[in-house]
Amino acid sequence: MIDQFKGMKPSRRAFLRGAAAAGVAVAGTKAAAEGEAQILNKQPWNQALGAGVDESPYGMPSKFEAGVVRKNVPWLTAESISSINFTPIHELDGIITPNGLCFERHHGGAAEIDPAEHRIMINGLVDRELVFTMEDLMRFPRENHVYFLECAANSGMEWRGAQLNGCQFTHGMIHNVMYTGVPLRLLLEEAGVKTEGKWLLAEGADASGMTRSIPMEKALDDCLVAFKMNGEALRAEQGYPVRLVVPGWEGNMWIKWLRRLEVGDQPWHHREETSKYTDLLGDGQARRFTWEMDAKSVITSPSPQKPITHGKGPLVITGLAWSGRGTIPRVDITIDGGINWMQARMDGPSLDKSMHRFYYEIDWDGAPLLLQSRAHDSTGYVQPTKDQLRSVRGLNSIYHNNGIQTWAVNSDGVAENVEIS
Amino acid sequence: MSKFLKVLTGAALLTASAAHAEFGLGRDATPDEVAAWNIDIRPDGQGLPEGSGDVYTGEELWLENCSVCHGDFAEGAGRWPVLAGGFGSLKSDRPVKTIGSYWPYLSTVYDYVNRAMPFGNAQSLSADDVYALTAYLMYSNDLVDDEFELSKENFLEVQMPNEPNFILDDRLETEFPLFTVEACMEGCKDSVEITKRAAFIDVTPDGAGGGDLEGGGGAPAAAAEAPAAEEAPVAEQAPTADGEVAAEAPAALDMALVAEGEGNFRQCKSCHQVGEGAKNRSGPVLNGVVGRTAGIVDGFRYSGDMTDAGAGGLVWTQEELTSFLADPKAYMPGTKMTFRGVRDEADIAGIIEYLKSFPE
Repeated sequence: MIDQFKGMKPSRRAFLRGAAAAGVAVAGTKAAAEGEAQILNKQPWNQALGAGVDESPYGMPSKFEAGVVRKNVPWLTAESISSINFTPIHELDGIITPNGLCFERHHGGAAEIDPAEHRIMINGLVDRELVFTMEDLMRFPRENHVYFLECAANSGMEWRGAQLNGCQFTHGMIHNVMYTGVPLRLLLEEAGVKTEGKWLLAEGADASGMTRSIPMEKALDDCLVAFKMNGEALRAEQGYPVRLVVPGWEGNMWIKWLRRLEVGDQPWHHREETSKYTDLLGDGQARRFTWEMDAKSVITSPSPQKPITHGKGPLVITGLAWSGRGTIPRVDITIDGGINWMQARMDGPSLDKSMHRFYYEIDWDGAPLLLQSRAHDSTGYVQPTKDQLRSVRGLNSIYHNNGIQTWAVNSDGVAENVEIS
Repeated sequence: MSKFLKVLTGAALLTASAAHAEFGLGRDATPDEVAAWNIDIRPDGQGLPEGSGDVYTGEELWLENCSVCHGDFAEGAGRWPVLAGGFGSLKSDRPVKTIGSYWPYLSTVYDYVNRAMPFGNAQSLSADDVYALTAYLMYSNDLVDDEFELSKENFLEVQMPNEPNFILDDRLETEFPLFTVEACMEGCKDSVEITKRAAFIDVTPDGAGGGDLEGGGGAPAAAAEAPAAEEAPVAEQAPTADGEVAAEAPAALDMALVAEGEGNFRQCKSCHQVGEGAKNRSGPVLNGVVGRTAGIVDGFRYSGDMTDAGAGGLVWTQEELTSFLADPKAYMPGTKMTFRGVRDEADIAGIIEYLKSFPE
């Protein structure tokens, strides 16, 4: 079968075969030359000058990476303003999501707000109802943290069965960036939360007036009022000039274009925490306030959008894992559909409530694979199968699907989203 | 000495309350500023403004501002949210989560309509408008009759039917014990079979990248059936063909037309039930309506005009139903059916064919 890859085994014969074929192409000019045209022939970029500085004052990816973009699933929503698209996680590596690739979810379109016109108000059960400008906000002490943001509906289309072919679509409602911001606690302390103030309503300035209720304990713990992502200003679609960061909790709570924080003695039960983002169970009951995102992982390559194109031999299997309750000390991998499992190699920083990167290298013998990954988080929670989730929650839950994903890879290296027994 | 201490203590207290102001940043919000932004409503009524609005006014506002997306009866147009009906569907294969069937609090309706609707012109409605629209949505969901008026005063008397079915997150009790057991690493099962394949559903957008899949694109996607926006819906796994309907239908029916009519009948469903177990709602049960005398369903309170028409011999033939559905108020000014009519005659034919598939 397939052993774990132990070292490079370059196929010299295959290389020479390919080289000989290429050599034929250039034989007309240089009869004796044998090798690849890319090496034997001078290429345009070897001789002509490239673009100067400032050609693109804000740098863009190489044109050869033009396919690495967010994509939406048109049939999901009535139109694209109150809609969602997906991060191309199959094309990324490491743990940081580039700002322009972070998935978008708006309920009233992406507001364009001049920071000079933006205000943040704190009202309700506080000693002083306050208004801050962005400049005021910048004068509070700041912190930097890397956190994942996952939409509660990520993988929601997969509740009833394998549906979308590509981890961009099955798992791409997620991104992971470094935020710079002011601890929410400092702003609340500035206003002075009254003792009966147990809940916070965060509200956005966009045309949906997005609101969510957040328990004061979380608000005073690790929430940030952030204005930078990966070092630069938030993108408009991520809430420019300022958004709430609610580490580990469902993305809908991370209010973008944050304009108001109201302190109250009970939750508001607004639309996004009653009609939406509640988990309908099989018995007709519905869970509310399901804030934490449980441990989850996915193999990003190979995957349906990232098939194996190089044939047999060394193969890098890689993916992402995360937990809203802590770190990911361990990810297990199976290539036989869960009969036997091996521990993947965790690589890169292991940060609280951040994405983690894992690798598992094999020497692929060309036999079909049934790939799965299984995350373990720092609380001891082990990522369940989809059937395990269904046995608890039924088929109508939509949200918080953190079940194990399966990719079936055939002998040609083509991968498909499947479910297995 | 004691006097000095008293002064000192007083000063310290003053500092503490005047400012937690550790940084002294920001400024006091004015009462008008707070009032301008503090529009949120809670289930206990906190935030409700003075005002009132009735179902009739709400219907007018609805047709003008809302029906283009949500349908004349809040049944939803295209993939926009369905806001009415769905009662008893939450445990079914296809739950319809509407204001009536799912939302736990009426205050949420008021708050959301007020803050975010109409889509693209948010916060343009007056308090009376929002009360009226909320009243209309209650009426669309059979929670009140058409005489109802909602106001700040009677708002808290409303109990939403599904409120008791909401529970707090219980994952720590119900799921963690199951999902914190030691993971099997070797020989975890005897065999493995593929049970579901995305390629059979074929709803992945074109140009997603990746390789070609043999056998892809088999079953037609029921993507058009996918429920609307906010909850990243689920396209139909295996289209649930309405086999029961087909099996019971008389052979003479045009089944393609019946299927078309089922779609068109959605606009009728917020008031009318049809099929096994159907009950009178805002409108009478429609089982066997085609070919039946008008105004005779047991237990339904018809308008005087409708009862009289039945007594005068009106029978719901294909022709009569076609005229009625095209413009109910023009056909029978006194009818209680507050429905603007079906514009397209082909749609009417579909609805009638669909209704024929439910004999008495």
